[in-house]
Amino acid sequence: MIYSEWQIWAIILSLGLGTYLLRLSFLGLIGSRPMPEWVLRHLRYTAVAVMPGLITPLILFPQATDGQLEPVRLSAALATIAISLWTRNATLTILGGATVLFGLHFALG
Amino acid sequence: MTPSSEYWRGNRDGLPLLLVIAPFGAVFGVVATEAGLDIAQVMGFSVLVIAGAAQFVALQMMVEHAPALIVLAASLAVNLRMAMYSASLAPHLGRLPFWKRALASYVMVDQTYAAAILRYENQPQLSPQARLAYFLGVATPIVPIWYLSTWVGAALGSAVPAGLPIDFAVPITFIALIVPMLRTLPHVVAALVSILGALLFAGLPFNLGLMVAALLAMMAGAETERRMTKGRGA
Repeated sequence: MIYSEWQIWAIILSLGLGTYLLRLSFLGLIGSRPMPEWVLRHLRYTAVAVMPGLITPLILFPQATDGQLEPVRLSAALATIAISLWTRNATLTILGGATVLFGLHFALG
Repeated sequence: MTPSSEYWRGNRDGLPLLLVIAPFGAVFGVVATEAGLDIAQVMGFSVLVIAGAAQFVALQMMVEHAPALIVLAASLAVNLRMAMYSASLAPHLGRLPFWKRALASYVMVDQTYAAAILRYENQPQLSPQARLAYFLGVATPIVPIWYLSTWVGAALGSAVPAGLPIDFAVPITFIALIVPMLRTLPHVVAALVSILGALLFAGLPFNLGLMVAALLAMMAGAETERRMTKGRGA
């Protein structure tokens, strides 16, 4: 970690406070009043807009291999997507993906 | 359907979710410890933030040495969905006293939200008190186990041998959360724009590429939805 002790705590406390304010936002301030439809329409896609973009570089250019495409991680990612589509179950997907990842790691390593 | 029976019902519905919560918390504890955080900082994340996905984002960006403000912006962006949950719960819990809404907000996570909104839609006659009792009932097993599993992971963290591809627990967990969300065309469009945008803008400094990609993806999802709705004449 390149951050000082207080910087790490500043990140934790600000993230905690910011996240809490997001959770409280509409429930706390608006109560039961309705919201503009266009706002809801954008908010609906927040999770799918952030998370795929976040993991794409982790899958294609892993830091652990200095950014080189690497067969174990790539295969594990593809297998995880397939298991998720097939089972539609987060627990089975995580267990299955981890099994493929570590299985290939020991088989090829 | 008294508040007390709703509380116990929430408890029963929350228990199977521990199968997702416990491994997720343990993996965060291990990865955060491996990244160099001490146990107080690791627990600080899980107790003060209680949002696994955002915690992993913050951690990943700290490992990449991003500036602190960018770490915050990216992890808060992941939690913007909490504002959506908040908006969606407001019609159901909005009439409760402020301190009860403030309490429910602390335990608002993907799993408590998903379980509660399903219950409220199936049982529209529930009183606001009974709805809150159900919500807290789901949260009761989840939240302490989230703390505990993080602590177990952090305690084991240093015992995990080096060289294992443990970094890849993050993409695997995220895939498990994202794929079930891709149930409509606008969701798929948003996800594809997010992936393309992240690759296209990867050269921008301070990980701003992810922010640009996410904004474009939200707009693409919203616009696809608008056109589909208009197309159906609704």
